[in-house]
Order: sequence, then C-alpha cells, then structure tokens
Amino acid sequence: MARPSLILKPPTPTSPSGEGGVGVRKGELSERALGLFMLAPMALVLLLVIVYPLADSFWLSLHRMNLTHPEQGTPFIGFENYLYAFQQPAFWYSVGRTLYFTLVSVALELALGLLFAVLLNESFRGNLLARLVMILPWALLTVANGVLWAWILNPSYGVLNAFLLWIGVLQEPKQWLSDTFWTMNVIILADAWKTVPNMTLLLLAGMQPISHDLYEAAEVDGATHWQKFRRITLPLLKPVILVAVALRTIGAFRVFDIIYVLTGNGGPADSTKVISFYNYDQAFRFLFFGYGAAISWLITAFMLVLIVIYVRLLRTEVVQ
Amino acid sequence: MGTRRGLLLSPPARYTLLGLYLLFTMLPMVWLYLSTIQTQASLLTLPVQFIPREVTLTNYTDIFKPAAFGENSGESTFLLSLRNSVIVTVATTFIAVTLGTLAAYAFARFNIPRKRTLLLIVLSSQLLPAVSIIIPLFRMFKSAELLDTLASLVLAYTTFSVPFVVWIMAGYFQSIPIELEEAARIDGASRLHAFARVALPLAAPGLGATAIFTMLNVWDEFFFALIFTSTYASKTVPIALAEFIGRHSVNWGMLVTGGFIASLPPIVLSLIFYRHIVSGLAAGGLKG
Repeated sequence: MARPSLILKPPTPTSPSGEGGVGVRKGELSERALGLFMLAPMALVLLLVIVYPLADSFWLSLHRMNLTHPEQGTPFIGFENYLYAFQQPAFWYSVGRTLYFTLVSVALELALGLLFAVLLNESFRGNLLARLVMILPWALLTVANGVLWAWILNPSYGVLNAFLLWIGVLQEPKQWLSDTFWTMNVIILADAWKTVPNMTLLLLAGMQPISHDLYEAAEVDGATHWQKFRRITLPLLKPVILVAVALRTIGAFRVFDIIYVLTGNGGPADSTKVISFYNYDQAFRFLFFGYGAAISWLITAFMLVLIVIYVRLLRTEVVQ
Repeated sequence: MGTRRGLLLSPPARYTLLGLYLLFTMLPMVWLYLSTIQTQASLLTLPVQFIPREVTLTNYTDIFKPAAFGENSGESTFLLSLRNSVIVTVATTFIAVTLGTLAAYAFARFNIPRKRTLLLIVLSSQLLPAVSIIIPLFRMFKSAELLDTLASLVLAYTTFSVPFVVWIMAGYFQSIPIELEEAARIDGASRLHAFARVALPLAAPGLGATAIFTMLNVWDEFFFALIFTSTYASKTVPIALAEFIGRHSVNWGMLVTGGFIASLPPIVLSLIFYRHIVSGLAAGGLKG
C-alpha cells in the first residue's frame, strides 16, 4: 500500500521539483501562475480565519474592552492588560495548574506509552487484536470520555467507589470531583486514558524499524532484557520520544474540554482552572474582551515557543 | 527470530503486561457499554451491580424521542445535534480536503519561494489552540450575523482542518514519484490534467486517510461550538452532551448512551481504516 512512509518526517522539498522537465506549452498557465492559483484559496481562508484574528487579537489586547460596560468605549491602554495579568494571583495560579496538569499527564502518558509500546512490539498471538483495542479510547468523543468518567467517579453510584469499597481500600465513598487534591488528579487519569493510545502508537512506530539483529547480538553477549532496553531501545528511540513528548505537551497545554465536562467551572476552588479555562472565564463569562485577548496572546506566545521546539526536534532529531 | 524468548519481555512478563494493558484499555469501555443497556432504575441500584441483572435496549430508542433526552420544537435535542454534527463534519471535510489538496500539490510540485518556511507556518497554525483566535472570530461572526449558525462552525473548523490537510498531503504528494506525471505531460497532458488524472488517483489512499482524520477532529470539536452556538439551530453533539450533564438531576442512562452512540461513528471508522489511521498518526505526528 502506498502511504507516507516517512515516520514523523516533515515534507522535505525534493530536488528542484518538476521544473525543467517539460517546458511550458503555449496557452498553458505558467508554472508560477498555476502554483499561485492552487495556493490562493487556502491562503485566503487562512488569512481570514487565522492571520487576521491573530492580529486583531493583539490589537484588542492593547485596549480596554468590557462588554458589560459598553458606554466606557474601548480606550487604548498599551500593555496595561498584560501588566494587569502579571499582577493577578489568579492568573499565576492557573499557570501553575496548567503546568501541573501538563507535567503529570505527559509523564504518565510517556510511562504507560513506553510500557505498552514495548509490549505491542513483541510478537505474540493476538497482537493485532491487542493493537486494535487501543483504538477504542482513542476514538471515543472527548466529551463522551468526560461523561464516562463522570459516571465512573460518581460518589454514590460510580463503579470506582463501589470497587474500592468492595476490596476495602476505602471505608466510605470518596467525593472525587469535589476534592481540591483529587479532582485534578482524576481528571489527569481520565485524560491520560484517552491519550495514552496516541503516545503508544507514536512510540511503537519508532520502535518497529529497530533491527531485531541488534537485540539478538546483545543476547549473544549475554545482555539482560533491561540492558537491551536501556542500551538499544531507549537510545534509538530518543528522537521519537522527544518529538512525541513535545507534541503531547502542546496537546496537554491546551486542555479544556474534559475539565469543562467534569467540573463545569474549573473547581472545586479553582483547583482545575487551567489557563485556557481562566481565559474562557475572563472573555466569555465576565466579557472582558481586551483582557481576554491579552491572556490569549500570552498563551499563543507560549504555544509558539513549544511549537518551534517541536518543529526543531522534527527537523534535527528525526530527519536524518 | 527471538519470537519465543521475546525482544524485551520474557513470556511471563509479557502476559502480565498484556493483562494490565487490556484491563486499562478495556474496562472503562466495557463499563460504558454495560451502562447503556440498563434502565435508570437499575443504574441507580445500591450496591452497584458489577454485572447487570437485567438488560434492555430502551435507552437506544428513547434517546431519539423528544421526552427523554431533551426537547426542542417537538424533536429530540440529541437527534437535532446529531444532524448538526453530520452537516458540519461533511461540509468542513469537503472544504478542507479541496482547498488543502490543491495547496499541498502546489507545495509539493511547484517552485514556490520559501516553500519550507511556509509549510512550517502552516503546520504551526494547525497546532495553535482555539483560544488564540476565538475572541476575534467571535467578533467577526457577531458583526456578520453568523453566530449560532452551522456556517460559523464550518469557518472556525477550517482553522485547524485546512492546515492539517495541507501538511499531510504535501508529504504524501512528495512521496509519489514525479516521473509518472512527467510521462503524462510528454504525452501531451496539461499540468492540471496531470494533477487530476495521475497524481490525484495515486494519492487517493492518503486523501482518504486525511479526510477521515479531519472528520474525527471536527466531530470531536468542543470549544468553538461552546462559544459560537446558542440554540439547537447549530448545537453539535458534544455541546448537547455537555449540557445534559450540567442539568440538575442527570439521567445517566441517557447520558452514557448518548456518549456511546456519538462515539460509534469515529470508533467504527477508525477500526475499518486502522492501518491508515496508524500510519497517518506516525506520518503526521498530529491529532490535537
């Protein structure tokens, strides 16, 4: 089957592509004109829905714009919105919650992803079936995943409490989603359950090309399984691990949906109010559009840093 | 080959890990399914029944009736939201695949200045979160009177789906040998003809996989829909579900059944096109 064989590889421009092979015939659009013609629809759409909004958002962030007080107008206030954000403990608190969510969930995903990728890279009967099973959480609607975990974690009728009471770990039902410590952690678990397959598939794709001869040679030299993992798998997989971690970090940093479904308001006591939730509150619940735009620009700037790191890793680590 | 001894796991370790893996992956899914085939009364029986005593499929029919899930002008809100989701998904996928494929081909085959940088910008824009652009989009749609329409969602969804198609398909076209198109051109075909008759059919598998990914991402989208929709003229399935869970007394049977039914199209598509999905994930390193 023809398919992109490049693992995690951005399209590399092939040597001068196409030009020169056959000259332009009379009555045919020139190469350049046709190229521009094919690019134009995409470019127009992206200018309208991405480039213009990014610019507008920045412009907005330099103004005071409070939709609940339209009579105040929208005075230009320079970087005041940004300075205001930096002085807000609630802003820094949400940054902290986002970092916590991102670090713990990416670490958990990487640990489980590695374990499962090692497992699925073995040859055993039913391997394909085991891989197919992974599709189930991966393809589940994000909101349906939230619904499922809300049901599992329900204090009275939820299966988690029932099970933990049954085996005796808990003496009384736990209110998982009204506890400032547990809420964030069970959300991380719920989110990881759905995203681990993604991580596993990426790592598995990186493991498959590693030659079995290397493992056999190591075995001849008397290496243990752990040594083979440490000395062969891990070093050869490093580029893919870095790319996968960068990609999942970008994904984790934008978390919103599952927190909205499981808590409704980023609670209890703002313990799950990650930065995108804080931004949502400011812009769409309190209608501070100027301040909201400033927060979203801060998020954008930070995401761009992550994206640049990701793209660099793609280019330097994987494309060789 | 070390099939029996295993690459990195001894047989006992392998089967232990396999057991844990299956429990981790399957148990929540099994619980979801078991909960859809019980009545509300049996879901709310204490102590919690790990194995359902009686099984019923009434949830699957009730959810499409106005009374059980929620009603809007005589129709089930679940059904209405399902209809909206289908329209938005089909329309967005069509637009993204059309615009994206044209642009991807231009990137792959024409001499475009700063091609690589442009492609990386396209990739970056696909990775930006919705919050980066949602306030200006909201203002734009408000002044164009597009709020609470399916069109606003389709427009918003092009922000991630068009760059996604461009990125994946540009890589795909580059993996197809150019000689075939050159041969067609020597035989007198125009450049556009070579694209439509030679390159496009060869790219069909990639195109299909890319279209499926786009559909999955659009079907799943929540944040834009939360902000831009306000009635069942445009609310999509994720919004209908999130609203339902927010109600005072939750009918869990309806809710889990709604989540399960809404997840069936992506699950079935992904299982059928498993190989494409996996290679697409690896090649793109994408899927927000």
